[in-house]
Order: sequence, then C-alpha cells, then structure tokens
Amino acid sequence: MTFPVGRSDVATSEAAMPPQSGLILDVQGISKRFPGVQALSDVSIQVRPGTVHALVGENGAGKSTLMKILIGWHRRDRGEITLKGQVVDFHEPKQALDAGISIIQQELSAIGDMSIAENLFLGREPRRAGAFIDYPGMNALAKDAMAELELDLDPWQKMKTLSVAQMQLVEIAKAISYEADIIIMDEPTSALGDREIEHLMASIRKLKARGTGIIYISHKLEEVFEIADEVTVLRDGHHIASMPTGETDRDGLIRLMIGREAKGFPKTNTPTTQPLLEVEQLTREGEFRDVSFTLHKGEILGVFGLMGAGKSELLNALFSVTRATSGSVTFQGKRLRARYPSQAMRNNMALITEDRKATGLILPMSVRDNMAISTLGRHTRFGFVSALGVGRVVSSMSRDLDVRMASPRQLVKFLSGGNQQKVVLGRWLLTKPSLLMLDEPTRGIDIGAKAEIYRFMSEFVDQGKGIVLASSELPEVLGMSDRILVMKAGRMAGILSREQASEEAVMQLAV
Amino acid sequence: MKQARSLRIRIFLVENGIILAFILLVVALTFSSEFFLTGPNIRNVLRQASINGLLAIGMTFVILTAGIDLSVGSVLAFGGMIAAIFASSSLGEQYPLYVALPMGLAAGAMLGMVNGSLVAFFRVPPFVVTLGMLSIARGLTLISSDGMPVSRLSPEYIYVGQGMVAGIPVPVLIFFGVLGLAWLLLYQTPFGRYVYAVGGNEEAARISGVNTRMVKFTVYAISGCLAALGGIILSARTTAGLPQAGVAYELDAIAAVVIGGTSLAGGQGRLFGTLIGVLIIAVVNNGLDLLGVSAYYQLTFKGAIIVAAVLLDSMRQR
Ligand SMILES: Nc1ncnc2c1ncn2[C@@H]1O[C@H](COP(=O)(O)OP(=O)(O)O)[C@@H](O)[C@H]1O
Ligand SMILES: [Mg+2]
Repeated sequence: MTFPVGRSDVATSEAAMPPQSGLILDVQGISKRFPGVQALSDVSIQVRPGTVHALVGENGAGKSTLMKILIGWHRRDRGEITLKGQVVDFHEPKQALDAGISIIQQELSAIGDMSIAENLFLGREPRRAGAFIDYPGMNALAKDAMAELELDLDPWQKMKTLSVAQMQLVEIAKAISYEADIIIMDEPTSALGDREIEHLMASIRKLKARGTGIIYISHKLEEVFEIADEVTVLRDGHHIASMPTGETDRDGLIRLMIGREAKGFPKTNTPTTQPLLEVEQLTREGEFRDVSFTLHKGEILGVFGLMGAGKSELLNALFSVTRATSGSVTFQGKRLRARYPSQAMRNNMALITEDRKATGLILPMSVRDNMAISTLGRHTRFGFVSALGVGRVVSSMSRDLDVRMASPRQLVKFLSGGNQQKVVLGRWLLTKPSLLMLDEPTRGIDIGAKAEIYRFMSEFVDQGKGIVLASSELPEVLGMSDRILVMKAGRMAGILSREQASEEAVMQLAV
Repeated sequence: MKQARSLRIRIFLVENGIILAFILLVVALTFSSEFFLTGPNIRNVLRQASINGLLAIGMTFVILTAGIDLSVGSVLAFGGMIAAIFASSSLGEQYPLYVALPMGLAAGAMLGMVNGSLVAFFRVPPFVVTLGMLSIARGLTLISSDGMPVSRLSPEYIYVGQGMVAGIPVPVLIFFGVLGLAWLLLYQTPFGRYVYAVGGNEEAARISGVNTRMVKFTVYAISGCLAALGGIILSARTTAGLPQAGVAYELDAIAAVVIGGTSLAGGQGRLFGTLIGVLIIAVVNNGLDLLGVSAYYQLTFKGAIIVAAVLLDSMRQR
C-alpha cells in the first residue's frame, strides 16, 4: 500500500511513525457526550488510501457525530486522530480542509441565494489582482467540477433554483473538487436517482485509483456492497465491528446494526370493501390530471412514480394545501369541501410531508411541544394549557412509537432523522386521524426505524383506517401496499393489485 | 416571442417594484411642485440622503449576515464628537483634518468592533449587544463633551460638510465613493461572498472553511466606522459636534435597507436596493416638506411606506 504522491509531509511523518504506515487515517478511541446523550463511546476507524470504508448503523448510532469530530466541527471528549502519520487536533473545519479532509454533509447545506459556482468555491474563490474574485475563472472551474459527475448546469444559476438531487450533486462535486486525501460522504445519495448514483459510483472509483481514502455512510446497503472495501458498524455510539465487505453480507450487516434478526414488511391484514376516500377525476392544472381511485377502510394504497410524477402534488391537493382545479373528493361518505389544511385536519385527515425539517417540525422546540402543538386545544382549561395532561399524552405516544430521546424536553433538532420522523408521526396520531397520508415517510431513515414505521402502519390500518403511501422506494411500496397507483408525468398510469404488482410491472407503468 | 417579452417585463417589474415606486414618486412630485426637480433641491435631497446613506450601507452588511445594528445613531454622535474635539481647540490646539478625521473614524470603528466581538466571539444576540451600545455610545459622547456642543471647528473640517466640488456637495461625493467601495467589497471580493454565505447558511459557510466569526466581527466594525463618517459629516455641516446628534437615525437606516428589499433574515438583498431605499426616504421627506405637510404627518407617512415596502416584498416572495 502506498501513499498518494506529491505530499512531502507524508514521507517525513511516515518515517517518524513506521508502525502506522498503510493507513491514511487512524481514529482511535473517540468518545463524545452531548447533554443527555452519549453519542460515541470508544469508537475507532481506520482508512487506507485508495479504499472506501463504509460506516453503517441505525439513525442516531453516531456516524455523523464521528465525522463532525473528524473535521473539527465538534470537539471530542477522548480519543486520538492520526492523519497521514501525524496526530492532529482540529478546532475548525478550515483546518481539516487545509489538512486534506473534505466532507459531503448529510444535511444539504447549499446557500440558496448564491450561484452554483459561488457555492462550489466558497472559502477558496479564485482571485485576480490578489483581492477580487475571478468570476470567469471560477465559473470555468465550476463547469469542470460538475462535469466530473456528468452534471451540466449553468454555474451562474442560483442554488435555490435547483432540484434537491441537483443540489446534492453540486455538494458532491464540491467535496471532490478539493482534491482531498480523505473524502467523507455522509449519506450522499439520499436524494439521488439511479443514474446519478451510477455517476457517483464511477467517480468514487476514479478517486480510489488516485489514492484517495473515502469514508462512505449510507443506509442503502446495496451501495455499501457495491463500492466499499471495508465496513464498520456502529450501534448506539458503540463500535460493533469492522471487517472487509467481502466477509459479510446484507443480512449479516443488518443483524450487527440492529442487534437482532431483520424482518421484512409486516403487511398482513386484508382491507374491507367499505370506501373511506373516493377521488374522482381530480385535476390540478400544471401538476396532475384526472386522478381517480377509491381507498377502502383497512387499506394501504401505494402511490408510486419517479421524481416529478406528481405524487407530492396529489397529496397536497388531497389535504387542501393546494386547491384542485376540478374533480371531487368524497371522504367518509361526505363530499370534502375543505379549503385549508386546518379544515382537512378537522375532518380527521393527516399529511406527513416529504421534508420534515422544512414543513414538519419546529426544530428549536422540544419533543413535547412539537408533538402536542396540533392538539393543545384538548388540554386547555380556561385558556391555560395543562402541562400535566400534555406531558401524559406525549409520554405515552413516545413510548408507543419508541422515540429515542433524552427526555420529552429535548429539542427536536438534536434528534436523529428516524426519531424526528416519529415525532411528526406522533403529532399527527394525537389528532386521531382516520386517513393518514405519508409522503416519503422513510427517506433518510435507518432500517430499524423503518421497520418500526412499517409495523406501525400495519397496526394503523388494522383499526379500519386508511393510508395513502407515496414513495419512490419500490421495495417499500411493493411490500406495504394493498394496491399501487402508478403515476407518470402527472397522470395516472394505472392501478395494480398486490397480486399484479411486481417490480417490473410497476416500472413498466412508471417510465 | 411577444409573450415571452411581456413575461420578462412582468418579472422585471415584480423584481424591481421598488424602483418603479421610486420613479412614480419622483414623477408625482415633479408635477406637484415646480421646485422639486431643480438643481438646488436635488443637491439638497442628496446631501440629506448622504448621511443616512452611509449608515444604511453599513447596515446592509450587518443585516446581510442576519444581524442588526441599533447603535449607529449613537456611534455617529460619538465619532462626530471625537473628530470635532480634535478639529476644535478643545484639546488646546486645533489638529489638522488628517488627524481629526482618522480619530473620529477610529472611535466609531472601535465601538463597532466591541459590538462585533460580543456578537461573533461571545455569541450575544446582535439586538441586545447593539441596544446596549446605543446607550453606551451616547453616554460616552456626553462624557467626552461634558454634554456641551463642541464648536469653532477648523474651516477645512467644515468643508467636509459644506464644501462643493464641481457643483456637487462633498458629503454626496463621499457617499457615492463609499457606495462604490462597498459595491466592490460586497460583489467582487471573497469577503463579500462570505457576508452573504454567513447570512444564508452559517453552518455551511463554516464547513466550507469560511472564518464566520471574523466575517461577523468585520461587518459591525464597518458599520461603526461608516456611522462615525456620517457623524463627522453631520458635525461639519452643522459646524459643531452635538451630543444629541443622530438620535433615532438607526430607524431610517434600517428602513432604507428593508425598503431596498434586503431580508432581515439575512443572506438576501442588494446594495442597489439600499441606494433606492435611501433615495426614497430622502425624497419623501423632501417632498412632504415642499408640499407643506407637517412634520407629524411626515413621520406617520414614512412609517406607512416602510410597512408597505415590506408588504410588497412578502407578496413577491409568494
Ligand atoms: N449537536 C448535538 N447536540 C446534542 N445531541 C446531538 C447532537 N448531534 C447529534 N446528537 C445526538 O447524538 C446521537 C448520534 O447522532 P448522529 O451522529 O447524528 O447519528 P447518525 O448520523 O448515526 O444518525 C443521537 O442521539 C443524536 O440525537
Ligand atoms: Mg447522520
């Protein structure tokens, strides 16, 4: 194993510490405590140049925290980091960047009002005359950086005009363009389609050939097995195992991640024939057209479609976030005339949106306040909220959904994605809905939390209620739905029963 | 083809509604007062605009980082007072302009740096820090002048406020000079991009290696320095350093920035918008004067314009 050439400091430090040779990064015994939660306890990870080291674990296992310690965002409580043979101690992300570590963050971190090029080269703008930004030069460099991922966008374009997938690609391009020795990729593919993921995999292979070490975090285990040489499993902040990917398989990893056997989709019951929601010829100009279906009590209706097919738009119209231009909706036997989400909510409908950070949660508020906010009226006497009553329902709901938190007073922004999603779910369940609409409910959520959400969905429809599940994850839709409505470019491409539905049949309709 | 053109015009109007409002205002005033569009009056409007303009430029930097500077009125008084003290014979001798001016600017910049360090390094909310500074700086002004006006300033000092170059008042020249520099800084240097980045997404900026604390520190220093420059011009124009100068000036400065379309949430806005905002406020004041509207109504009217501008902006966001 050799180091990438062209770095003189490597040679000298290697001589100084011969036993460490072969490693580009050696992280030993890291511990980190946040108020109320031990995020990491004695975690180690080693990366060799020219390899991909995958880091897997459920949400909240501590993966992102470990990475943030590596780049100097968080300070560690204990442990030692050796980079290219030298012990390092970063206080600021800038120091990590200068030392050759770049990162693709899990949370998209685009600056919306700046251009693609300005985002790509933020903090290292090419200059002319020493002081001024060289815009033409920067835009040309931006084009090159994007070409690496076959991304063809105008560098002048403002970041906020891009789709989520494009933003994610820009961030990947940014991390790669530092030509760092270590690139950390924290769930880089959560918003990407298959083609884009392929482009990413191709450039990761190029990076490997160049000798770059990559730490790859993903919930998609297929990706891990496709690209990673080694894998480390974390669970609840503990280091569970590290091994070459060849020595394990999907089920083995899942077992290590959740500490128990993996279960499939728990969909068991059969729906009734009583209609719950009847939708006829629903149209919203410019978004979707002539959608008709009937959802029965006890049924889960999957809505599948590629990005831009109109799934979210359909759900938004059903929940009166937007108004349909024509068509009718009958809910529990009555023609629905809601004009605002609050009215839909009073009709016992609930919508859990795709982007929980932007539209679902109030991040700087506590778990308790987030869960109770839609139903405070029920716990109000003479204008005052009964803290006791709220506390009781929130505690019992958190227990039902198994929300992992330090206390109900913990701020939601400090929870992992899966637990945040459970908080949103809990809030809506407290409104006692009879129809639940879920938009990408398991995006960016680990396998354990996913399984719990699936189990919960089954229990929910068992009580004679209904679910509309919009998702672009095919296995999920196939596994959980009684029937599948496939959308394509704003139109209904067909409805498949559970028996008819196969991966191929659905894709045939969707593309 | 034609349709695309009309669409583009519509987008332009929505994006630049504030410019349109300004033009309409000017046209309306031209018709209602023959004196409005004359050389002396234009000169007068610009001269009045220049001090608020300097404050508003500094305020634009601060607000772009999602901060606020409530202390500019008091810092203006302090900077003006310090400069006036050096330019008068208070200290025994009259110091030349090249001493008085830097002293005043440094005094303002220093107070700005105190604001900046508290905000950037000690993470005290800007609203609180600068509210405190509003009081501190006023107190320092009163202490340094013993609560009395400082007059008998050197003629070269007074020239800064009253002089003309080629028919253009010196304060106006200074304002446009600073505006040009600010434009360069904001749009052509990395620092300017960092100002937007810090306001747009501070975490992302820091991960990208931007020294976000330094950026925040610097914008308050800039604001303090420009406030002092405004104070120097004001004291030179009124031929005295006045301890009560600049009271409530922060309101017009913030108003100009907001009318110009800069978001109080940070990360979004244009220096050009601020220029228009400054001009609108100056023209409204002037126009209401010309039309003989009482000062009480002027205040009410100005408040209504600010709210209307923000309303327009929030409608545009939708
Ligand atoms: N800034 C923070 N403050 C407090 N707790 C945090 C913070 N960041 C993460 N945590 C907690 O640390 C644990 C690990 O989180 P994280 O590293 O994000 O997990 P992962 O990336 O594996 O999903 C979680 O329990 C989370 O709630
Ligand atoms: Mg994470």
